[in-house]
Amino acid sequence: QNNLALYPRTASLKDEEEFTDILEERRCTTDLGYALRTFNPQPYKGAPSSSTSDLKKAVLESQYLRYIAKEIALETGSSVEKVRQEARGILEEMSHNLQLGFIRLMAYTVNKVFKRLFRSIYVNMEGLNMLQQAIQESPVILMPNHRSYVDFLIVSFILFTYDIPIPVIAAGIPLASMKVVGEILRRSGAFFIRRAIGSDKLYWAVLSEYVRTIVRTGCAPLEFYVEGFRSRTLKSVVPKLGMMDMVLEPYFKGEVFDITLVPISISYDRVVEESLLALELLGVPKPKESTTGLFKASRVLQEDYGCMHVNFGRPLSVRQLCEGKINRSEYNLIPRDLPQRPSTEIQDCVNWVAHLIVRTQEEGSLISPWSLMACLLLQAPITTLTEEGLQWHGLTEKTLWLRKLVLDFRGRLNWPDSDVMSSTVALHHSIVHHKAGRVCLVQDGDPASQDPLSPEEGVMRTAAAVLMLVSYRNQALHVFVRPGILATAIHITKSTQKDELFSFFCFLRDVFANEFIFIPGRASQDFDEACSLLQKCGAVHMSEQEVTVLETGLEVLSFLQKLLQPFLDSYQLIFRYLCENGAHVFTEKQFLPAVQNLATKLILSGDLHTFEVLSSDTQKNVLSALRRLEAVTKLRASQQNEYKVNKAAVRRTGDILCKIICDIPVKIKLLFCVRLENFVLFFTLLSLK
Amino acid sequence: MCCLCNTKRAMCLLTCGQSIWVCLQEIMKWNGWGYSDSKFLYNKKGQAEFTGKRYRLSGMIIPGLREWMESTFGANLQHKTPAAPILNSSAVQPPTLNEAFLKELKSTGIPFSHDAEDRVFRSHGHCLHEIFALREGKIGRVPDLVVWPNCHNDVVKIVELACKHNVCLMPYGGGTSVSSALECPPEETRSIVSLDTSQMNRILWIDEKNLTAHVEAGIVGQDLERLLNESGYCTGHEPDSMEFSSLGGWVATRASGMKKNIYGNIEDLVVHIKMVTPQGVIEKSCQGPRMSTGPDVHHFIMGSEGTLGVVTEVTMKIRPMPEYQKYGSVVFPNFEMGVACLREVARQRCAPASIRLMDNEQFKFGHALKPQVSSIFTSFLDGLKKFYITKFKGFDPNRLCVATLLFEGDREKVLQHEKQVYDIAAKFGGLAAGEDNGQRGYMLTFVIAYLRDLGMDYYVIGESFETSVPWDRVLDICRNVKARIVRECKDKGVQFPPLSTCRVTQTYDAGACVYFYFAFNYRGLSDPVHVYEQVEHAAREEILANGGSLSHHHGVGKLRKEWMRETISSVGMGMLRSVKDYVDPNNIFGNRNLL
Repeated sequence: QNNLALYPRTASLKDEEEFTDILEERRCTTDLGYALRTFNPQPYKGAPSSSTSDLKKAVLESQYLRYIAKEIALETGSSVEKVRQEARGILEEMSHNLQLGFIRLMAYTVNKVFKRLFRSIYVNMEGLNMLQQAIQESPVILMPNHRSYVDFLIVSFILFTYDIPIPVIAAGIPLASMKVVGEILRRSGAFFIRRAIGSDKLYWAVLSEYVRTIVRTGCAPLEFYVEGFRSRTLKSVVPKLGMMDMVLEPYFKGEVFDITLVPISISYDRVVEESLLALELLGVPKPKESTTGLFKASRVLQEDYGCMHVNFGRPLSVRQLCEGKINRSEYNLIPRDLPQRPSTEIQDCVNWVAHLIVRTQEEGSLISPWSLMACLLLQAPITTLTEEGLQWHGLTEKTLWLRKLVLDFRGRLNWPDSDVMSSTVALHHSIVHHKAGRVCLVQDGDPASQDPLSPEEGVMRTAAAVLMLVSYRNQALHVFVRPGILATAIHITKSTQKDELFSFFCFLRDVFANEFIFIPGRASQDFDEACSLLQKCGAVHMSEQEVTVLETGLEVLSFLQKLLQPFLDSYQLIFRYLCENGAHVFTEKQFLPAVQNLATKLILSGDLHTFEVLSSDTQKNVLSALRRLEAVTKLRASQQNEYKVNKAAVRRTGDILCKIICDIPVKIKLLFCVRLENFVLFFTLLSLK
Repeated sequence: MCCLCNTKRAMCLLTCGQSIWVCLQEIMKWNGWGYSDSKFLYNKKGQAEFTGKRYRLSGMIIPGLREWMESTFGANLQHKTPAAPILNSSAVQPPTLNEAFLKELKSTGIPFSHDAEDRVFRSHGHCLHEIFALREGKIGRVPDLVVWPNCHNDVVKIVELACKHNVCLMPYGGGTSVSSALECPPEETRSIVSLDTSQMNRILWIDEKNLTAHVEAGIVGQDLERLLNESGYCTGHEPDSMEFSSLGGWVATRASGMKKNIYGNIEDLVVHIKMVTPQGVIEKSCQGPRMSTGPDVHHFIMGSEGTLGVVTEVTMKIRPMPEYQKYGSVVFPNFEMGVACLREVARQRCAPASIRLMDNEQFKFGHALKPQVSSIFTSFLDGLKKFYITKFKGFDPNRLCVATLLFEGDREKVLQHEKQVYDIAAKFGGLAAGEDNGQRGYMLTFVIAYLRDLGMDYYVIGESFETSVPWDRVLDICRNVKARIVRECKDKGVQFPPLSTCRVTQTYDAGACVYFYFAFNYRGLSDPVHVYEQVEHAAREEILANGGSLSHHHGVGKLRKEWMRETISSVGMGMLRSVKDYVDPNNIFGNRNLL
């Protein structure tokens, strides 16, 4: 009940009216006048005014860093001064250098670019007002989702427009190495973090002290992507905990009274780098971030990308979130300046908060009609899509049906009234074209090349188009995933018993925990939510013990089950690959292309109906899931990411997924009720049989 | 009318012909703080005034107080909540008497009473809920009998009789507890006897060679100091409650005095303790200044809060009275600088007899208590004005804070010491702000307790509570606890913003003692005391979460019992429990404090 309040209310006309197009005003005034407007934000009341050099000094002179420097000097045998020198270097590379002048330059440029790219940028004013209030009361952490490079400065741009303090933003180090642009970003508030820090103790120490000092002093709002990076699939990514940990620690240690987290959901009608994303997922490496690359990309400015929605979520008090979950007195006995490994209680809490934020981002994002159409298009046979096309009439009718289902499932829709479906299809002319009452997939081959494509190349060409469609489908997935998993459980187990369904629901939830966002420890709430949503849309009838499928609900259940089928198929295929492939030890480098080869063969032979398994994202998720379930282990000594596979364990997971082993539910009930950690034990039990 | 007073006065008149003996109960409020003749009130002109003749502020008009109360709490002279004027004896439950005990007690000749007024007077300390109930005329479980032993041997007899007849004994000293320690456990079915030590108030001897004094434990602080001063000595132990609190009470709660930097806290002052327990009398065989004889048994007694027995006699260190005293004050641009200065003073181990740092709200409060210009204060006011105009420039009046200082010793050293402290203060942006300012700060310590009664006349309730905390946590705990109080008040439906303020009152090598004051206007609340208790509870949770202790010197009583286990661990509880089980297996000392 408590958590339900975190989620937005049912989408309604009123919700749509809450949004204001901030570009509208920009189009009426001069860009220069806008950039030079008076900017006089109300900062956090507890914050002393401090410069970036104060910040750096505070970090370098902190007890924590002194301690770590001494420790490292002792471990490596180098001098403390040398280590501190190194720390200074790291800090220089990392530090932001926020300057109002550059904020104006940034605002000027971003304003020009956005006016070209987007028809409108909608922002919910209520959220902005709440943010403005929150910023004065406690240190604020801005937590947007990250779907496009374009959104890197959007929050700063909006805050500048509305006289709210400009955030400092955690960015990946490649951005810093871009000529000129890197420096502009740095002066617009970006600070840069290396990828793959691994076990570099000094780097971790500098970074964490830097982040904690920003939060502790409240000198500026801190913005970071809890998902860690830009989602290539437009699907939420399981949150990374390192940064979250650093951000929350000042609260745990009582250095601040409270911290406010503001989830921000950014949704696009059309994502600028859509085609790049698909290629990247298929293994075509992404271009390195470079300034010249940026200019080359300027042709994207000619295109129309529809609207962008920036939904500022309700500010969440860390104090309230953590109440009853942690005991802050665990920090009483060790000086707070010294490194202390947090208790599992604290770690679980950080994990929970991070998941909650991502879920709140999902709930706050707006689903476009195009996402719904993508869901439906992907359920059509691939040959229909690529050859004769889908009937326009049928598609629109089904989309309207789906719109109602989304509303039933409390999704937020972005559904401008007039003629939305044909305009949305027109907007996405790079993916589909609508001609003579039919909708076909655009397969964007290289027109210069006259050579006929090999069958394998053909598969990849189709896959690129399909994966683009998949990414737009993914934007709507969070609304369907819980009822979808229940529908899948019903489909596979053929059971009506609530407890059996719950067990299988938990099993699926665990297997797909790297694929979808599930808040840890909320399995039964998720199940209840799935039940009540399916009941609400008239798909099932619920009693104390049973879940019965209604005749009227078959359409919904079949839609949901088909929606998740590609995931089941992909996982099955990779399980099969791992079991049938000879080696017990493999590297990630071998694994990815090998799976792709196998999948391509099977698609060509007509045995596999999904292209999603070709995506490196799916492949990596499966690997992570199997590692989590301890069916695959990473070899510690290995330099090249070698993995060891327990084939029996993988095979059996796959068997449960397609219910080859009969009488599963009873077994599952025994072992999978809450968590799946004793996977191995379960398999031992099965093999005894 | 106190029963004992009548009998004793008659006896005095018989024996000495004149009464020099004064019974505190006679001259104290039954439902508020301190002397009956001293209180704040609004006179007919609507000006605040402090009545009586006992304090420097007595008889003076305090022009700023009304506006401060109105603006701080939203209080209003039109909205009064007067207290019940006299005790309604019929509201007091008739005593449950143990006739056999009573009969034997009579034969000893020790005075006793089961008069309602005597019993109610000893049924409470000064927690907000206790005083609030009295003002409303609500009387809960009270002791059934009050006894006044006159000496150690009387106490031995009483404890023996209590054991023999299974009567519950609750020692009573000055009655200034703020931990619900004097509340009668409602579940107690035996007859409860309040053992009032007030008649054991003599200095038995002074040892000038060793600078010790042997004193009966019922003596109250101000009498002890006065009597010692007559011989040229002092103990230097001055808790804020010293007008009323007793030596035995200090020992039983591990009290701390304002001037502990020179004289030490009670545990440093005590040389020898005699305590009567159900197992007999406990005392050490000698007065060696330090012993290595296993764990110090004094530490079972100090802080035992009346659960093990009655402290009857104490040998205490005494000092020659200081030749010279000098007050002082320093203004800092903000609280952070002030704390940094105190920390540096502690690091250099050069703290004056007392050093206290008030936050900005308390500074303003102190300002509001400025009396109307009279000859004594004129110079002070002029100084302050000048000070404001010249030196305050650059200080934000909404951020600055004040430290008050008290130096003691021989004149030359005091002046030297003073310079050292002011030099340190200057490094932290501190400006000397005059002697009067400092002296007033300490004077207010004694009258501030009276102010709560005025608040309660106008819908304002409040209390103070304290903790001790390591230096690096001082700022964090002050900010977080104050913020927690404000947030909890808002959440609990308090209609007006509360007063939530703090001060650092003691410095140690490794940390400091922090006092919080918290008060709010309760108009519109149906159960203000419950709201108050919830907020105080939350504030204590916040203190503990921020590395603060459960108590620096108020003790645990029954109010803070729930946190004892997490504070001292289960093993620690077991250790205390086993002592209690051995010393008092039948729970004769059944006030149920601490454990």
